[in-house]
Amino acid sequence: MSLTDDRAALDQWYVLGALQDFPVGTVASRLLGEDLTVTHGNDGTLEVQTSGRRLPVRTDYDHLWTSAGTPSRPVFDLPEAREPDRRSIYCGAVKVRASGLRLIENFLDLAHFPYVHSDVLGTEEKPEVAKYEVEQRRDVDELWATKCEFFQPRAAAASDEGQISQYMYRVVSPFNVTLYKTPPTAPNRWDVIALFVQPVEEAVSVAHPYMLLIDDTSTDAELIAFQQMIFLQDKIVLENQRPLLLPLQPGRETPTRADLSSVLYRRWLKEKQLRFGVEERAELA
Amino acid sequence: MLKLYDYVLSDGCYKVRLMLSLLGVEYERRAVDFFPGREHQSEAFLDLNPLGQLPVLEDDGLVLCGAEAILCHLANRYDGNGTWLPRDPARFGPTMMWLAFAGQQLHALSQARLVSMLGEPGDLDSLRASARAALRLLEDHLTDRGLARDEWIVGDAPTVADIAAFPAVALSHDSGIGHEDYPALNLWQRRLRRLPGFASMPGVPDYF
Repeated sequence: MSLTDDRAALDQWYVLGALQDFPVGTVASRLLGEDLTVTHGNDGTLEVQTSGRRLPVRTDYDHLWTSAGTPSRPVFDLPEAREPDRRSIYCGAVKVRASGLRLIENFLDLAHFPYVHSDVLGTEEKPEVAKYEVEQRRDVDELWATKCEFFQPRAAAASDEGQISQYMYRVVSPFNVTLYKTPPTAPNRWDVIALFVQPVEEAVSVAHPYMLLIDDTSTDAELIAFQQMIFLQDKIVLENQRPLLLPLQPGRETPTRADLSSVLYRRWLKEKQLRFGVEERAELA
Repeated sequence: MLKLYDYVLSDGCYKVRLMLSLLGVEYERRAVDFFPGREHQSEAFLDLNPLGQLPVLEDDGLVLCGAEAILCHLANRYDGNGTWLPRDPARFGPTMMWLAFAGQQLHALSQARLVSMLGEPGDLDSLRASARAALRLLEDHLTDRGLARDEWIVGDAPTVADIAAFPAVALSHDSGIGHEDYPALNLWQRRLRRLPGFASMPGVPDYF
């Protein structure tokens, strides 16, 4: 497979890894079906190339960003990254054999907490998803889900009891999403957990989870272990979902009220005419 | 209290967590940032285990490295019935043999998993081929055991050999190897999952 011709996918910023993943030298990477090289020069410069073409590079939030097209905007703003008392935790890249869009959609989903993250992010005794609000903010071209609430037996690494977590979700581009949730130790602030997805092939992705947390008790290793445990519980579900690509035509999968954010996300992708990672329209029998 | 130097996604650490859980032994966990931090290669960790490998167990002044050795230690010390580590001549040798098999041949699955999932260096095709050969061997062995009406890798009760082999087999999906070709392994996994005190980990399928 070679580089996609999907304009909507090309003209976006993508994470290739945390800056620490690129020591001085050249390493291979891959994005949207095409091989890339990343060169970290002795002088500290970072260069991304594909077939002799130099791609734009950004280093926002300690990650290496690039684009194989022409993004109309800079990498999205994450004001929390400038708050000095936050711990910025890079959780390590994990490869998942599924469409990147499936990863984002799963990240937005509250309803799976009790079943996939049993006794951690949810409990089967309290599976109900309370009503929440979704909106498409057209001025910034982002999707938001707000006023989400869920009872969580163990909301984060620092939890020693259950809590009702407040959540907000913010989809900043088709393959990048952040969530805001109540930290166990600072109920009046928000923890930020981001998922940067590097779409490698249509049905193969690399997930780069990244956290900006309020937590002065857990070690880095504990914070990373917690996030990796959660993410790996999702991975097995994502890899067994069929189709691996995300279907956008109505009727292919049946949403419920709890899936409001997924409905909006799919509608938004369709509006953008994004195709990379989308299941091609199949005639329904 | 026992202290386990643990990495949540390590199948080697999972062997020990599973054994501790089946034996009902309380322990303390010290999270090690194996990935992405490579803490197991840090100076402080190398002081603890010069091999730079997980798991490590501290118990009463002993520092033990290597999952198989730790399983034997736990069974030797905390299994009052002595069934997990059988001492009779008919079963001791075979248990040791399959324990080594789990640490050696099945290790290809662990390596394939790290390459496939975390992008560690390695020849994935060749590791998968070795992994499939090891799974086939264990599948054939368990098929023979089933015909002899014995349900476990050695004898008619689970031993440390079963615990040592389970994680790599159960997590094979992570390296792109499904369970559909291994019916005897599926039955064996199902039996193991029903043991009182069984503990799971992310990536171990629930759909049995």
